[in-house]
Amino acid sequence: MIPLNPAQAVHTAAERTITEAAPQLDWWLLAPLLTVFAAGVLAVLFEAFLPQGRRRGPQIGLAVLALLTTFVLLVLQVGSVGQEGTTVAAGALAVDRTVLFFQGTITVLALVSLVLITERGDGRDAFAAQAATVPGSEEERAHIMAGSQHTEVYPLVLFAVLGMLMFPASNDFLTMFVALEVMSLPLYLMCGLARRRRLFSQEAAVKYFLLGAFASAFFLFGIAMVYGYAGSVNFAAVREAVAAGGAPIFADGGNGEPLLLMGVGLVAIGLLFKVGAVPFHNWKPDVYQGAPTPITALMASCTLVAAFGALLRVFFVPFGGSADVWEPMLWTVAVLTMVVAAVVAVTQRDIKRLLAYSSVVHAGFILTAVVAGSTDGLAGAMFYLGAYGFTTLGAFAVVTLVRTKDGAQELNEIDRWAGLGRRHPALAGALALFLLAFAGIPLTSGFIGKFAVFEAALSAGAAPLVVVGVLSSAVTAFFYVRIIVVMFFRDPGHEAPTVVRAGVLTGGVITLGVAATLVLGVFPGLVLDNLVPSQDSGPEPTAVMVSQVTADSGGE
Amino acid sequence: MFPWLTIAIALPVVGAVLIWALPRAKAPAEPAVATSSAQASGGGTATRVRPATGPGAGPSADGRTAKRIALGTSLATLLVVAAMALRFDTSQAGGLQFEQVVPWIPRFGVHYAVGVDGIALVLILMSAVLVPLVIIAAWNEYDDREDGGRGYFALILVLEAMMVGVFAATDVFLFYVFFEAMLIPVYFMVGRYGLGDERAKAAVKFLLYSLAGGLVMLVAVIGVYVYGGTFLWTDLTDPGGALAAIDPSTARWLFLGFFIAFAIKAPMWPVHTWLPDTAQASRPGTAVLLVGVLDKVGTYGMLRFCLELFPSAVSWFVWPVVGLSLVSIVYGAILAIGQSDMMRLIAYTSVSHFGFITLGIFALTPQGQAGAALYMVNHGFATGALFLIVGFLVARRGSARIADYGGVQKVAPRLAGAFLVVGLAGLALPGLAPFVSEFLVFVGVYAFSPVPAVLATAGVVLAALYILWMYQRTMTGPVPEKLTGLRDLSVREMWAVGPLIALIIAFGLYPQPLLDVINPAVERTVEIVPEAGVVADGASEEGDHE
Repeated sequence: MIPLNPAQAVHTAAERTITEAAPQLDWWLLAPLLTVFAAGVLAVLFEAFLPQGRRRGPQIGLAVLALLTTFVLLVLQVGSVGQEGTTVAAGALAVDRTVLFFQGTITVLALVSLVLITERGDGRDAFAAQAATVPGSEEERAHIMAGSQHTEVYPLVLFAVLGMLMFPASNDFLTMFVALEVMSLPLYLMCGLARRRRLFSQEAAVKYFLLGAFASAFFLFGIAMVYGYAGSVNFAAVREAVAAGGAPIFADGGNGEPLLLMGVGLVAIGLLFKVGAVPFHNWKPDVYQGAPTPITALMASCTLVAAFGALLRVFFVPFGGSADVWEPMLWTVAVLTMVVAAVVAVTQRDIKRLLAYSSVVHAGFILTAVVAGSTDGLAGAMFYLGAYGFTTLGAFAVVTLVRTKDGAQELNEIDRWAGLGRRHPALAGALALFLLAFAGIPLTSGFIGKFAVFEAALSAGAAPLVVVGVLSSAVTAFFYVRIIVVMFFRDPGHEAPTVVRAGVLTGGVITLGVAATLVLGVFPGLVLDNLVPSQDSGPEPTAVMVSQVTADSGGE
Repeated sequence: MFPWLTIAIALPVVGAVLIWALPRAKAPAEPAVATSSAQASGGGTATRVRPATGPGAGPSADGRTAKRIALGTSLATLLVVAAMALRFDTSQAGGLQFEQVVPWIPRFGVHYAVGVDGIALVLILMSAVLVPLVIIAAWNEYDDREDGGRGYFALILVLEAMMVGVFAATDVFLFYVFFEAMLIPVYFMVGRYGLGDERAKAAVKFLLYSLAGGLVMLVAVIGVYVYGGTFLWTDLTDPGGALAAIDPSTARWLFLGFFIAFAIKAPMWPVHTWLPDTAQASRPGTAVLLVGVLDKVGTYGMLRFCLELFPSAVSWFVWPVVGLSLVSIVYGAILAIGQSDMMRLIAYTSVSHFGFITLGIFALTPQGQAGAALYMVNHGFATGALFLIVGFLVARRGSARIADYGGVQKVAPRLAGAFLVVGLAGLALPGLAPFVSEFLVFVGVYAFSPVPAVLATAGVVLAALYILWMYQRTMTGPVPEKLTGLRDLSVREMWAVGPLIALIIAFGLYPQPLLDVINPAVERTVEIVPEAGVVADGASEEGDHE
């Protein structure tokens, strides 16, 4: 049906880069990724050679050190990259200020999540003693008695972070796919490691893995279609092909449009799955509920930022010229996401499931900024993601502290949180603040974020989307407020929850969440004026993200 | 330029922070507030306050210091506002004064911009008068709570800051921030410190209604920025500005976005249903601030934002709003008559009264709007006093049901007398302040179109019915057994209500000082709305189209 000549396609772009001399690598710009990678490898070696009882300390130290170093490197790079941005590793990765913002945000959020992961306030961390044992078996008990622990979590986190850092920086589809897998595989594993309710946890891991594998397959299939259309997987080449109405193979009257449509759609499925947009959201509540809470926190903050970073990149850079193709699709998805998730969330009784649905709704809000397709939209989404990341980390940190009466197990049923506000006003107050921020009450970061994305969408003429957005906001307010009602207005029943004393670490995470929520709510200019792209940075919309495309094609 | 408004906003916040920072100590609080709060940061020991042994038991040390700080702060704020009012240049009352403009979020062109014209000034004054009185009235209400009510008093102060801020804001974004953020303290004041088992439900209902309205308004606020290019009220109202040039249908949508939020806040039929529930579940002090001040933000917003930002859209909305106002007037009054709970009854009377206010505003005549603005202030005083007195009754008997009362004037004559005066103010008896405003509204509406004016008189007749009937059922007749030992008003309670009654009588006899300040501002609004006269002329025609 479509005149396809693979040989010709290879000649156009891909072969050239392969046959050239070994690419020049800019080690300085690759340093952050290499640091995390090296640390991950080193951590695996620690697992192999250190005796079991002595692994924990070095592992934590290594992971913290690696992430701190990465963050410092990223900050230092901001100066050397300049406004334009550039590509490294033969055009496989992009480095510009937008990418650096995403990477920096991911690193900080990962560091904060790591703090939650290491927390062992009651002497035990959140992970199973030995995940390979059958839940409830003698063997499991033996491992618990022996005090076994999974220090493998730390290398897994590092690899996941590596994938997350690559994901929004990828400058071709194959790199992006590799990043996606590097990010996802460790997460699948970590989801199954919960100490309590292990069957839930394992179910979550299997679900996440199977659905994630499907999504990856869609993504890969989409890449194949795009390759067929553009003759390249490089973002710059795809962008050029889209602008020209197809690769040179279609020049003689052939029509590559169906390939592009399929490619955009299938790639979008892969990305929207990671973001958790309706109708690809079904994994989120189960996985968020089953996974150990620190891992849930990691996924809810870092993974979301990384996935949206990649989503923005894909729709703004390679598919930027075909907005008329994907805009109706994203419109539909955004509306569905906001409405369905908000309505379903109302019936949730479990705090982690509720936060999962809430994260789906917020993904919908951010999608409205993607639909806007403008610099304002990009900036709004970036601000939203950063603000949301800190707030959601704080919220999950609170969740880890509320326990059943004996203090052993997290108490996630919201209805049993009655009286929390009276007994632990500071903790409940912090959670109330996070929830109000989710609901978008002014003077919190959530409000500014919402304002930024809706402003972008309305400027782009997507008024109906904004109206749906505010209406579902009103619905979400209902279930956020319900939690506050339970905590503050209801008398504690016979089975009041206990709260384990917040360790310094978890306490620090909550404090940081409160601080970020308030500071970004009252002084959003700190981020909006300095860290995210503004209209002035270039005449073209989304100038910063697009810039390295031009830089790349100019270099060829 | 001395930042009067900023100080009036910041002062209560400082007071609230002081209260929250108080150590939870068992020791009797020293009058030296500063020292105890300085120790606060050292981390208070979590000692529980001693339980109150009965109504006569002393309040917790916590609560006592908190109350003193709250009263002191609110009085200081009142002083600041009063000093500002004295410096207000009445001859320039139509324009903004005490202006302060500081960039806040440059990316969105958001400023911290405050300033007052005549209307905003009197509303801020009213709020600043009501808050200390509410604190005095609530002095002993929370003594039996484990925190001695310090959370409540801190919330009142936070709310006061936002009330001043919302009336003073001259940046639409800033206004929105205050408009939405002030829901949170009220939500906790109702849900946590309110009365009855339904209080949590009522608080949620209040919050969701207001939030839904606020979010609709958010779209309009963003729209103002997208089409107007700025948030500064002074630039937006510039007749040559970008907002004045937008096409009429967009203007109508934006008008509607603001109006829905303000109608919910006001509250106007059919989105008034949250008010009776919330008022019933509120402590009287909360109800005073809720109905007396917060609801005024709705009507103030219609005047300031709906009319002045979108003058071209106004003519389209005049008749629908007039119609809704008339329904509110009659519906609120009729439902008030049928209530068995005094708090609900007053809430429904307010629905009726707010109908008069919106009617006056949308009559688009100087008298109507001046009357509406004056009505806002008088209603704040009169209904505030009514809520407080009913609150005193509730505090004694533990019930707000009308059927539980009777013959109060025999056992508590001062209370009954105050109730009568305030009640008569509520039905706009000549000589009391609300009469002046109601009269002005009628004059203004009659000049606009006689039919609604005639229909609105039904509200006046019904008002006499619900007020006098309530008085009759609670204050006259035989004294039920449970009321025989009813205490009359204490000195503290008289201090809470006395100033309000004095103001009601004073402004009833001599409203000119208020009108001098209000009139120039109103005239500016009427001038801005171009079709005001045209609408009045072609009223009957337009009415047929609806």
